[in-house]
Amino acid sequence: MSQTQTFFSNLKCRECGRLYPKEAIHICEFDFGPLEAAYDYDLIAKHLNREVIASRPQTMWRYRELLPIDGEPTVGQQVGFTPLVRADRLAAKLGVDELYIKNDTVNYPTLSFKDRVVSVALSRARELGFEIVACASTGNLANSVAANAAAAGLKSYVLIPADLERSKVVGSLIYGTQVIGIHGAYDQVNRLCSEIAGKYGWGFVNVNLRPYYAEGSKSMGFEIAEQFGWKIPKHTVIPMASGSLLTKIHKAYKEFIRIGVLEEASFAVHGAQASGCSPISTAKKKNTDMVKPVPNPKTIVKSLAIGTPADGYYALRTLAETGGSAEDCTDEEVIDGIRMLAEYAGVFAETAGGVTVACARKLIESGKIPRNESIVLCITGHGLKTQEAIHGECGEARLINPSLREFEALIANDNIQQSSAAAH
Amino acid sequence: MSIQVRIPAPLRKLTKDQEVVAIEGAATIADVLANLDTAFPGLTERICDEQGNVRRFVNIFVNDEDIRFLEEKATAVKAGDEISIVPAIAGG
Repeated sequence: MSQTQTFFSNLKCRECGRLYPKEAIHICEFDFGPLEAAYDYDLIAKHLNREVIASRPQTMWRYRELLPIDGEPTVGQQVGFTPLVRADRLAAKLGVDELYIKNDTVNYPTLSFKDRVVSVALSRARELGFEIVACASTGNLANSVAANAAAAGLKSYVLIPADLERSKVVGSLIYGTQVIGIHGAYDQVNRLCSEIAGKYGWGFVNVNLRPYYAEGSKSMGFEIAEQFGWKIPKHTVIPMASGSLLTKIHKAYKEFIRIGVLEEASFAVHGAQASGCSPISTAKKKNTDMVKPVPNPKTIVKSLAIGTPADGYYALRTLAETGGSAEDCTDEEVIDGIRMLAEYAGVFAETAGGVTVACARKLIESGKIPRNESIVLCITGHGLKTQEAIHGECGEARLINPSLREFEALIANDNIQQSSAAAH
Repeated sequence: MSIQVRIPAPLRKLTKDQEVVAIEGAATIADVLANLDTAFPGLTERICDEQGNVRRFVNIFVNDEDIRFLEEKATAVKAGDEISIVPAIAGG
């Protein structure tokens, strides 16, 4: 694709700005700074506007010029454009005027936002000629790599902490991928993967393909802005593990302003973590940019249990730049958050979604998010993936025999009136 | 017996493609970095910033333990230890 190649120009070190070719490399040789995709925004501005975007299929690839591949996507062409849902009952419960759910629990095909990053990473892996792809994962990324690799006919290895939720392990195994459980925390899995990536010629989605992978998260921000009516919500609340998603949603908003799709506006992005692994929110509350690693994360929110967050520093910079805050919540608050989202918005989220809701609630109650301003909650994964976490927390089915008498005895205390229309 | 240091891929141009380098006579991580720089000039400035601190995006492990949880550059090392230099990576 000769025309599209020029939109994505280079990889660039976020620290020193050195330029690198668009290969399977992820860090600067001079200062270990992360490499990030660089684009020709002036050229993109000439090709991409609201009308062009709106005329395209409803997938994340409608923003293709702002995603780092050369040709057309070959993996995950159907990913993204999940609903942005106005949640008035949840808004009333939280005491705010205008609240939306960006619902990536229904992302295609594996029910989490990770399908966005994998779609980009595997499309790029193919362009670079990889036949084996791999990842370190807390679960969702593994599910997505396994599924998308299977559909694309790529061989895959996923490396996960051995104690992951059973649903997430099965959710990888089913696709015929090679699942390797590591006795250790995610950070140890990650470290092993970085050593494997240096030794084998595999495309590691979150290691040597990271510059491509990470950019996929921007599509969540592009979609929010488009679905919100080509505006940026005043507040976006985002769960943080490595901190990458938060920085990329912010980047998406800024890129849309840069190419003229959105008008300049003030907005804040806020980060949410679980208290049992909250290195970024702890640093934010202490007002330091030194992220102190958490050696032994202890939380039911396994998908966010990254003790050494690679993008923690940049997440803190983004929070500071937009005037956003960070918050963290206990496991009990996570479960309350999951239940509240389900009972008031009809969305069943995994534990990370509970974190987002619980932290948003705290930010609202502390006044950091004013009650009369627009709020979007980023809900990033489906609740069926972490059922263990809420087992026994939402009651059990009440059992009766197939008898009307038993049914009536059962609901006698439920305060239900028999409707007149059905009374005769 | 020497100390084994695992070199990450981006730095192997400086170590003539050696994945593992042996270091003798170092008592701390600071010594290891100094000895590495003598053997492979320019290596340490990649790992440490102008103030001599380990860069933000570099993790150093002594026998699988992150030196940030130990004594940072003053962390003691002894013959037989295995040291890994690992760039920070994303994930989830």
